[in-house]
Amino acid sequence: MSAAPLSDEELARLRADFPILSRTVRGGRPLVYLDSGATSHKPTAVLDAERHFYEHTNAAVHRGAHQLSEEGTDAYESARETIAAFIGAQASEIVFTRNATEAINLVAYAFTNGAHGGGGGTGDRFTLGPGDEVLVTEMEHHANLIPWQEACKRTGATLRWVPVTADGRLDLTDLDTLLTERTKVFAFTHVSNVLGTLNPVRELAAKAHAVGALTVLDACQSVPHLPVDVTDLGVDLLAFSGHKLLGPLGIGVLWGRPELLEQMPVFLTGGSMIETVTMEGATYAPVPQKFEAGVPVAAQAVGLAAACDYLSALGMDRVHAHEQALTERLLRGLAERSWVRVLGPADLRDRGGAVAFVVDGVHAHDVGQVLDDRGVEVRVGHHCAWPLHRALRAAASTRASFAVYTTPGEVDALLEALDRVPAMFGMEVPA
Amino acid sequence: MDLYQELILDHYKNPVRAGLREPFDAQSHQVNPTCGDEVTLRVRVAGTGPDAVVEDVSYDSMGCSISVASASILAEEVTGRSVAHARATYEAMRRMLTSKGADPGDEDEIGDGVALSGVAKYPARVKCALLSWAAFTDALYQAEGAKQ
Repeated sequence: MSAAPLSDEELARLRADFPILSRTVRGGRPLVYLDSGATSHKPTAVLDAERHFYEHTNAAVHRGAHQLSEEGTDAYESARETIAAFIGAQASEIVFTRNATEAINLVAYAFTNGAHGGGGGTGDRFTLGPGDEVLVTEMEHHANLIPWQEACKRTGATLRWVPVTADGRLDLTDLDTLLTERTKVFAFTHVSNVLGTLNPVRELAAKAHAVGALTVLDACQSVPHLPVDVTDLGVDLLAFSGHKLLGPLGIGVLWGRPELLEQMPVFLTGGSMIETVTMEGATYAPVPQKFEAGVPVAAQAVGLAAACDYLSALGMDRVHAHEQALTERLLRGLAERSWVRVLGPADLRDRGGAVAFVVDGVHAHDVGQVLDDRGVEVRVGHHCAWPLHRALRAAASTRASFAVYTTPGEVDALLEALDRVPAMFGMEVPA
Repeated sequence: MDLYQELILDHYKNPVRAGLREPFDAQSHQVNPTCGDEVTLRVRVAGTGPDAVVEDVSYDSMGCSISVASASILAEEVTGRSVAHARATYEAMRRMLTSKGADPGDEDEIGDGVALSGVAKYPARVKCALLSWAAFTDALYQAEGAKQ
C-alpha cells in the first residue's frame, strides 16, 4: 500500500463538502458519525447534481422525443458510463436497481423464472431445481441470504453454506464438499458488513468456476472503501448500493458479465423493458434495459455518478489507505481495553473498516446508548447478519464503520465515550 | 443521562423473580427483530373472571438493561395481584412509554416502572421496554382462553 492516508488539512477541506457533518446532536454535541457502513453522508456535489437534474433536465428518460427527454436520457446514460468506469466495467454491463437488495433479488428471481421457462432467458445457466444447490456463507448480510433461501423454496434446490471460524474468517476446510458440480450459484460477500473480513474473492471465484457454478458477489462494503475492478475479481455478477457510496438513496447497481446478462431471465416487468408487446406476450429489450422496468431512476443515477467522480478525484487507493489507518487506530484502542471483545479479524490483514465488538456483560443497545449520549453514532444489534452473530455466540454487537470523511479524532471520541461504560454498568474492570 | 436511573440498573443486575418456573398456564416468546433480544415469559393464573389472580410470573430475558429491567419490574408489580390490576398496570406502562415524554408515569399505578419514563424520549428503545409486557399480555390471553 503506497497511497498515503488523508492529511488533516485535506480531511478538513473534504469534510466541508458534507453539510450534515456540521450539525450537532444530543444537546449541542458535535456529530461523530461512525455508521457509514449503514449509510454514508452525501457531499454537496452529489446533492447539486441531483438538484441540477430536476431543475434542468427532468424527464421520463427513454421515452418521448422532446428535448427534455433527450437530455434526460443523455444524463442517465452518461451516469451509467461514469459508474461503470468506477468499477472497471462497460456501461452495457451496468443494471440500475433500487438498491443492492433488489439487485440480488433480481438474480435470485432470474433463476426462479428460468426454472419455469419464463423471463425470456436463454441457455441453462439460470435454472434451479431439485438436486441443484445454492451455496452462501454464514457471514452474509440478510440481503444475500434470504433471497437465496426463498429461491430454493420456490425451485426445490438446496441451500448450503460455508461456516465461519471463531475469528470471523470463512472456514474453507470443507469447501470441496460444499462446492461441487451440484452447485449452480455461489453467492458471497466481498467484505463482511459486521466483521470487516475481506474474503479471498479470486480464489473462491476460481473454485466456483471449476465446478461450473455462477458467482454472485455482495460488494456493498467494498466498492465504497477500496479500489474494485470487476475484470480483476473473476466473479460473474456483483451488486452494490449507491447510498453507501456517498450517493443518493434509491439506487443500486448490478454488474454482470455481458454474455450472462444476455442469457439471464428478467425479474421486474412492465414499461421500458420491452421490445414488442401483444395481448398474448412480449419480447424484451436488450441488456441493460430489459432489467430496468418502469421509469428509470435518472436523478439518482446522476447523483451516484457525481459520487463516483468525487471519490475518483480523491483516488480510491487513498480512500482505502485513510480508512485502513482509522481501522488500525480503533483496533489498537480496543485491544487496550481488556473488557472489549472484537468480533472478527483483530489485525489489519485482509480486513476492511467495519469493526464490531462486544462488551461482555453489557448489551450492545446499552453501549450504543452511552455512546449516543456523547454524540457518537454507531450501529447496535445484529446488523442484518443474525446467523453470523449466532455463530460467533454474540446476541448483538456494537459496530463502528467509516467513510472517507471520518477523522482519527472521531475514533478517539468513540474510545473515550466507551470508557464510560464499565462504571455506568458496574463492571469490574482490571486496572 | 436520564435513561439509566439507579433503579433500572438495580433491576438489571438483580432481576426480580427471574428464571422459568413450573407450574404455569401459558408461555409466550417475543423477539425484537432489530437487535435480536428475546424474552420467554410464563404466567400462572389462579381463579377465573373478576377473581383471577396472577399467581406467578417467571421469565428468561436475554437483552439490554432496559428490557431486562422492564421484565423484572413487571414481575414485581403484577405477581400476587389481580389480573384486572395487572392489565391496568400494563396500560399505564404503555401509555407512559409511548407518550414521547409527556406522561411521567404514576408510581401508585406502576411502582418502579416510573424509572423507565426516560425511555419514552428514545423511540428506538420503547420496544425494549415493552417486549416483556407484550409477552405477558399474550400469555395472559392464552391462559384465560385455556380456562374458558
